[in-house]
This record gives sequence, structure tokens and C-alpha cells, in this order.
Amino acid sequence: MPVSVVRIVSLVAFLVFWFLLAEINGDPAVLPSPADLLAPLVREAATGALFEHMSATILRVIAAFCIAMAAGMCLGLIMGTSPAIDRWLDPWLVVFLNLPALVLIVLCYLWIGLTDVAAVAAVALNKIPGVATVIREGARALDPDLKAMARVYRVRRTAFLRHFVLPQLAPYIAGAARSGLAVIWKVVLVVEFLGRSNGIGFQIHLYFQLFDVTMVLVYSLSFIAFMLAVEWLLVQPAETRVRAWRQA
Amino acid sequence: MIGVDIRAKSFGTKRILKDISFDVSDGACVAILGQSGIGKSTLLRIVAGLDQDYEGQVRRPDQMAFVFQEPTLLSWRTALDNILIVHPELPRSAAQDMLSEVGLAEHAALFPRQMSLGQQRRLSLARAFAGRPQMLLLDEPFASLDGSTAAVMIALTQRLIGERKPSTLFVTHSTEEADSLADRTLVLAGTPATVVRNKDRLENKREKAS
Repeated sequence: MPVSVVRIVSLVAFLVFWFLLAEINGDPAVLPSPADLLAPLVREAATGALFEHMSATILRVIAAFCIAMAAGMCLGLIMGTSPAIDRWLDPWLVVFLNLPALVLIVLCYLWIGLTDVAAVAAVALNKIPGVATVIREGARALDPDLKAMARVYRVRRTAFLRHFVLPQLAPYIAGAARSGLAVIWKVVLVVEFLGRSNGIGFQIHLYFQLFDVTMVLVYSLSFIAFMLAVEWLLVQPAETRVRAWRQA
Repeated sequence: MIGVDIRAKSFGTKRILKDISFDVSDGACVAILGQSGIGKSTLLRIVAGLDQDYEGQVRRPDQMAFVFQEPTLLSWRTALDNILIVHPELPRSAAQDMLSEVGLAEHAALFPRQMSLGQQRRLSLARAFAGRPQMLLLDEPFASLDGSTAAVMIALTQRLIGERKPSTLFVTHSTEEADSLADRTLVLAGTPATVVRNKDRLENKREKAS
């Protein structure tokens, strides 16, 4: 059976399982069935609330993702190509890798205030060490013969970065981006839960206080659907593209 | 012209090369012959400026090209791009002509891994000559090729060197390769390695005849 068919059948089986569980439970306030979510979903979409909160979260995810990738890539490249700097910065990396996201979020809110800058900074700081670690491995694996070739032929620095370094790092960048995105949007929800007045995380917090399971599921599942679409329509095709020459 | 005067080269406490001094005049081809592991590639890297941790000095022209032991190509770029990225000033048509000269006219759009080892080495040669180098360094460029492919590659290299006349220094452990390409052969031997023989083409021929 093709993989795509298996995926669809598996998802349908999950919905059936959820439907049966809701039927057995019998209390929509505790576990609404998938069908119970449709009307509130349409209502939230019609009033524009769903898109307002979703766009706030998406902007935070994009900002944190871009900052984490840019800073993590620079740091990883420097550490991977300079053993002396790596020796000095490696202990810092270990500390930040083991710092719980919650601690960073609370500290950023305390130091910067309950602002978007603090929210995005906390998420980005949480992800930079992970990206740097992956890119550092990639930088360590750069082919020394290609570097020697570039030196002999006096390849310009920008051309060296574009045609020699980045293609070798591409699988590592793709891996870091994929895992980074998967973590970042979840941390953004926590950041919004704790200290923002809009976004999917804020809505989940609001309906948690009202013990409205249906609305918690409407908002969280809408965003999960969006992130899955990003994964299938953007991330996976981009990854396939950077790996194309390997299949040639 | 290439001027080499290396007094010493060490790796840690181990001295690899000592008192190696020779010139390669404009358009001449000099072979460095010696056993595997004796320090021939190290010598070539010093001449190329890739290794600067040695005692002595090297004079070399600005425009240089290096054909490495492995083809050392960008696997993620096509054959044509492999030339154009290294020589961005080169017109596309000139890069295409260079590929034709080495018999790769039909392979311009292929990625290196779609080509045989012999074709990859031709591409490496095309990249070296595309920049019209004043100095050409070849590090065992025919190693790991089968006999007939190596013979074709030697003839091709001979033709390109003959047409463009760069000062050429090439490293090999094969006497046949040295005899067929070089005007002069320097034999490296000993520990640390030094030049133990310096013979020109005429001497080579006399030696073979006797």
C-alpha cells in the first residue's frame, strides 16, 4: 500500500478512535467528538478571531525561527571551523542546551517585560543552542580538500560560502530547520500562555480557565493543522530540493 | 618561473623534508619522483602555498592551478558550473570549449557523480587549464586509473601542457609517467627526504636504452 494511503487511513482510524472514545465517555464538556468541533470552528473563523490569534502566533514563530536559525548557524559555523573558539564556547552551549524553556521564558519576561520582544527572545534563545550544535557538526565535516582547492584557485569569500560551504551544510541546515520549527511553535504557545494577550497560546489559556475543552481543541488543532501544512508544503519540498544532487 | 628552496619541513618532531632546492623555468615540466609516503604531496602543498609551516622560501607566479590526487569537484554543481564557479571571469562559451577540449562536450550538464572517475579527472584537468595558469601543479593525477584510461589521460595532459606551456611541477611514483611528461625528473629519497638525483629527459632516454 502506498505511504500516502497508509497515512490517510491511519488518520481516519485515529478520528474513528476519538469518536468512539467520546461516545463511550458521553460527556462533550470533557471530551467532545470531532463533529462537535465543527460548529465552534466555523464560528471562530467567521468572526475573524481564529485568524487574528493564529496570525499573531505565526508572526512570533517566524520571528523566533529566523533569529534562531541565523544566530545558530553563525555560531555553529564559527565553532565548527575554529577549535579554539569551540573550546571556549562549548561549556556555554552545554549550559544553554540544558536550560529549560520555562526558565528562559520567565527570565525574559522578568528582565524585558511582558512584551513581544521578550516572547520572541525567549523562544529564539531556547532554540539557538540546538541549531548551533547541529551546524557545528556540519562545519566539522566540511571537506578540507575542497577548502584547499578554493584557496589554490583564489575563490572569493562570498563564492566560497555560497558554492562550497552552504551546499555541504544544507542537510544539516534542513535538519536543524525541521526540528527547530517543530520545537519553536510549541514553545511559542507556552510563551503566549504565560504572558501575551493574543495568540493561540493565549486562547488556550483563556479557555483553560473557563474549562472549555471544545475551544481548547478548536484552537490547538487548527494550529497543528497549519503547522502540518507548513511541514508538507514548505519544509519537505525544500529538503527534497537541497538533496536533489545526491539522487542525481 | 617557480623557485623552490626548502631547508626543512617537519610534522611535530619528525622531519619530513630537508634541503630541497630547484627551479622550474617558464614552460618547463619537472617531475618529482619518489616512493609513496616520502613527502612528495607535502612538497607540492608547500609550493602551492597550502602549507606555510616550513623553513625556506618558494617563489611562484600569481596564476596557478592544482590538479589534486582526487578530482576534488563540487558534487552538487554540474560539470560546467564546476569550471565557472572557480573561474567566474570566464565566459560560458570558453568554459564549454574547455570541456570540449577534454572530451566532455556532452557532459556539461551532468553532476560529477554521474561521471566515471576518468571523466571526473578530465573535468579536474579542464578546470585547471581553463584559468590559463602560469604554474600547474599535478599531484599523482593518474593514480587509480586503469592502464588504458591513464594512457589517454597522460596524452591529454601532454597536449594541454604543450599548447599552453605553464611551468609544471608534477608528483608521481611512476617512472613511466615521469618519463612521458617531464623535461626533468627529481628523485626524492631518504629520511628526511631530499633530492638524490636530478636527471633531464636525455639522461632518462640514455638510461632506458642501456
